[in-house]
Amino acid sequence: MSESKKALATFHVNGEPHEVAFAPHKTLLEVLREEMNLTGTKHGCELGECGTCTVQVDGVPILSCLSLAVDAVGKDVRTVEGLAQGSELTPLQHCMADLGAAQCGYCTPGVLMAADALLKHNAKPSRDDIKEALAGNLCRCTGYLKIFEAVELAAARMRGEKAEPSKESIYGS
Amino acid sequence: MLRLPTFTYHRPKTATEAVAIACQHGKAAMYVAGGTDLYPNMKRRHQTPTQVISLQDVPGLHSIDWLPDGRCAIGAMVKLSALEHDAKVKAAHPAFAHAVREISTPLLRNMGTIGGNLLLDTRCTYYDQTHEWRESIDFCMKKDGAICWVAPGSPRCWAVQSSDTVPLVCAMEAEVELVGLDGVRTIKAGDLYRDDGIQYLTKKPEELLTRLILPAPKGWKASYLKLRRRDTYDFPVLGVGACVWTDAAGTVTKANIRLGGAGSYAIPATASEKLLVGNKLTDELVAAAGSEAMKPARTMDNTDLDVYWRRKVAPVYVARALMACR
Ligand SMILES: Cc1cc2nc3c(=O)[nH]c(=O)nc-3n(C[C@H](O)[C@H](O)[C@H](O)COP(=O)(O)OP(=O)(O)OC[C@H]3O[C@@H](n4cnc5c(N)ncnc54)[C@H](O)[C@@H]3O)c2cc1C
Ligand code: SF4
Ligand code: FES
Ligand code: FES
Repeated sequence: MSESKKALATFHVNGEPHEVAFAPHKTLLEVLREEMNLTGTKHGCELGECGTCTVQVDGVPILSCLSLAVDAVGKDVRTVEGLAQGSELTPLQHCMADLGAAQCGYCTPGVLMAADALLKHNAKPSRDDIKEALAGNLCRCTGYLKIFEAVELAAARMRGEKAEPSKESIYGS
Repeated sequence: MLRLPTFTYHRPKTATEAVAIACQHGKAAMYVAGGTDLYPNMKRRHQTPTQVISLQDVPGLHSIDWLPDGRCAIGAMVKLSALEHDAKVKAAHPAFAHAVREISTPLLRNMGTIGGNLLLDTRCTYYDQTHEWRESIDFCMKKDGAICWVAPGSPRCWAVQSSDTVPLVCAMEAEVELVGLDGVRTIKAGDLYRDDGIQYLTKKPEELLTRLILPAPKGWKASYLKLRRRDTYDFPVLGVGACVWTDAAGTVTKANIRLGGAGSYAIPATASEKLLVGNKLTDELVAAAGSEAMKPARTMDNTDLDVYWRRKVAPVYVARALMACR
């Protein structure tokens, strides 16, 4: 692809084809937000230092601010907009909301995409597994604890367990 | 938004084609693997290639191969996350798998490659800033300027070697395979680097790094220990790679210690190494070898954490790294 010339390509985002024209230096983050109006994916540092731009490409969580859009053509791109089925939130989204794991919410799309990828291949993650999977997602509000608890609760519910949040995580100790 | 400058994007299908494109465009061309070093640098206008050559379609760079003699040949494009989770690599080279796991964050390791990590740009507080930041105090000699802000009287740049794997693979005497116009050559990993913050590599710009070759895991033990502020994200401000060869009686026959994050290349702690050879790794010897590492740790005030403290803890980190080689 030559300099600043836009080329047309078809992206597969959240299971739907999107035909977009963009130049080779455009990041996946820019194309998602500015060409497809998928503004759920946030931009923070744009240098790999915060994780709020996390999306999944072929199931793997990566940073869209450091990926070229052209490299995502032909791949399965998932963004936060693709989690809920219609108006039905995923268990992870429910738990994040119920447990106060999203405060200002700016980190939340990235956290959701990283945690969703974890839960897809690890049905029973330990606290350490969750910490590790989210070690590239900064949150300046929650102090992380509520996020970890939300992921644990979601994992339990996804395993079919009748799990409820602990009293401490809702009312404090 | 911090945006990338414009460029023409190439995706060659062979190594020869990649090298040919790089030669054709000279300084205007750069290779890209995972882009986790190059793209931030381009966004901050440290590196502004108008021709970006992606190696993702070049065959032969994506596999981990075990050679008949027990060596492990890792393709340059193998992702860091693939390496850290590879059961065979973890079993045969635990120190290496650990060093890889210490790099950045899981999200970045899903993108970054081992080749890109070996060739990571050197870093400095006055350099790893946006174009506007650097312009406001006037540019330094690593990019666009004439002065070094860390050592204003210095004729050279002291930007810091910051890859986590480099000190270790140098200590392990691993090899790297390079492909250039004249074909393939294999050199010791240690010979890939030079003590200069700007020209930190000895390879020609168009030379492609194709494989990292780890020695057969026999007769030696290695370790890597990293100092940084946070347990994730942060580059090493001290990274000790150690490798110790012993005979059947446990006597050290050879020892390599390399200090990363302490200068523009992985600095050998020669005096510490000398103390070890011919002796057993007793607590006393390990402590003594550690003390000798303060001098070669030429820390400058151009990374995170206090410069004097970083030098002071070098002996502790070297001693701990040696303990892990027992
Ligand atoms: C927030 C953040 C934190 C980080 N923390 C760490 C850390 O703690 N430790 C650490 O070591 N690194 C860290 N990194 C740097 C980086 O993510 C890794 O070093 C990574 O391995 C680089 O690999 P890459 O494939 O992304 O390299 P790229 O950016 O693709 O390339 C890096 C350089 O190597 C050249 N290159 C790449 N592959 C080849 C090849 N095969 N042949 C010839 N030239 C090649 C490129 O031209 C470029 O100059 C961090 C980065 C970020 C953004
Ligand atoms: S060491 Fe000096 S010349 Fe090198 S990047 Fe830092 S300020 Fe610039
Ligand atoms: S915006 Fe991508 S990591 Fe911060
Ligand atoms: S909820 Fe505000 S940054 Fe995480």
